[in-house]
Amino acid sequence: MTAPLLQVRGLKRSFYGIHAVNGLDLDVSEGTITALIGPNGAGKTTAFQCISGVVRPDSGSVIFAGQEIAGCAPNVISQAGLLRTFQIARGISRLSVLENLLLYAQEQPDEAILSALLRRGRQAEEAALERAWQIVRKLNLLRVANNPAGALSGGQKKLLEIGRALMAEPRMIMLDEPMAGVNPTLSGEIAEHIVRLREEGVTFLMIEHHMEMVSKFCDPVIVMAEGRRLAQGAFKDIAENEQVQDAYMGRRRWA
Amino acid sequence: MENYLIAMTVFAGIYAIMALGMNLIWGLGGMVNLGLAGFYAVGAYTSALVTTKLGLPIYLAVPLAVLVSALVGVIVAVITARLQGDYLAIVTLGLAELVRLTASNEIWLTNGTDGISGVPGPWRGVLSPTAFNSLYLGIVLCIIAVLFLVLSRLAASPFGRVLRAIREDEMIAAVAGKNVLSFKIRTFAVGCGLVGLAGALFAHYSSYVAPDVFQSIVTIHVILAVAVGGVGNMRGALLGAVIVIALGEATRFLAGSLDFIAPSQAAAVRESLIALFLIVVLNVRKQGLLPEKTPVYSEEKR
Repeated sequence: MTAPLLQVRGLKRSFYGIHAVNGLDLDVSEGTITALIGPNGAGKTTAFQCISGVVRPDSGSVIFAGQEIAGCAPNVISQAGLLRTFQIARGISRLSVLENLLLYAQEQPDEAILSALLRRGRQAEEAALERAWQIVRKLNLLRVANNPAGALSGGQKKLLEIGRALMAEPRMIMLDEPMAGVNPTLSGEIAEHIVRLREEGVTFLMIEHHMEMVSKFCDPVIVMAEGRRLAQGAFKDIAENEQVQDAYMGRRRWA
Repeated sequence: MENYLIAMTVFAGIYAIMALGMNLIWGLGGMVNLGLAGFYAVGAYTSALVTTKLGLPIYLAVPLAVLVSALVGVIVAVITARLQGDYLAIVTLGLAELVRLTASNEIWLTNGTDGISGVPGPWRGVLSPTAFNSLYLGIVLCIIAVLFLVLSRLAASPFGRVLRAIREDEMIAAVAGKNVLSFKIRTFAVGCGLVGLAGALFAHYSSYVAPDVFQSIVTIHVILAVAVGGVGNMRGALLGAVIVIALGEATRFLAGSLDFIAPSQAAAVRESLIALFLIVVLNVRKQGLLPEKTPVYSEEKR
């Protein structure tokens, strides 16, 4: 068996004495859409923050594509091919949709001053722009492509989150509640995008509370509770797992 | 009168160069650098010292002043790497005072509050005052033209895009794969280098530098220029600098013509008029006279 694309071992992070992530072990195999579910406060988002480098983990190891990335800066992790989106869409509101996408293009020579003045990276910029247009078409954002991201609707902002991650041509994307607060039609659309991208070779780890979507599209499902992995498996098995039910509903102490 | 007008235009040009540097650091990069007067002083003193004490020619002294200012900018950027907003503002403001107080007290080097006089100007000895002023104005305008083109290009490039992203949301820029610190350092280097250039140009024009010239009010004026002209817009920075100098001078005449008030009151009236104008402009146009534009891409059949 090949090693998983993302391997997390013993990940820990506390905030003022609260162990938000408390020894998390987690594997994501290449080519899967792995779900990360769990009750509120289970530490899912903190786990994402630590894996993506936005928050420094206290301890533990995160190996992505054979490379230790725990404690690396977010830009290093993104450059390694592991991208993330945010739960509350964080499009840069004063940049246009296309600019938001272009920002995520990697290895742009014209981000260096001298090269920018001589326009040495013009071809890379052109190529990036072309990809940005493709993504804009794919995600139905064509009509708002030149609008500032701040003027988008909630659903469009969610799409832009995914689009930006795609722009970096990642091997794996971590989605933080891509369907939260989105109408059913659009969440179906988002799911279709994710499935198609998986077919194109992108691996996903996704926090989601929308159980219908999780059951339909995600395998395996990892359940987190109290900062740790509680269970892992196919959705059907997870749903029948009593420990998992306890974690969501509370323990039946009276039984 | 014509010498006066030319001189004011030269000063407007020097302010415009500072405004361009400020627009890069603050307008695009969102870093509140209140240490402008300090970098202005570093540039002016460097150029004044190496020409008067070491006898270096002006054409070498000015680039050296730019380099030294840029280097100080890099050091400040590294020191303040983790600071944002108000905190960065306070530290940079302190830095400007540090430079000014050093210049006032290290008499062996800077001649203290007496300042350094006799800083050479290009062909000052062989030209008539009017010719010298005109020549200098020409030089300053050429420099501005080049800087404007270079900075506009930079602002519209992927480099400028990353800077604007850092201004809005540093964390997103990092997640997008950009090394935020490296961008900040490079921006400080270029921006502070430009302010140092303005300082050197000032020194060789006025032939005299002293700590008094480099008060924080200079920083405030440049910030006003950028805010009124349009934060993030290079044309706006130029326009703002011209407006700030023109206002300062126009109100001088206006206040002078009111002969029923004392000179000290006249000075207060001047400041008030400038403030009033700025309040009105920023109320009517929050983004400044020439707001930043987001580039519009046309969808060709690709």
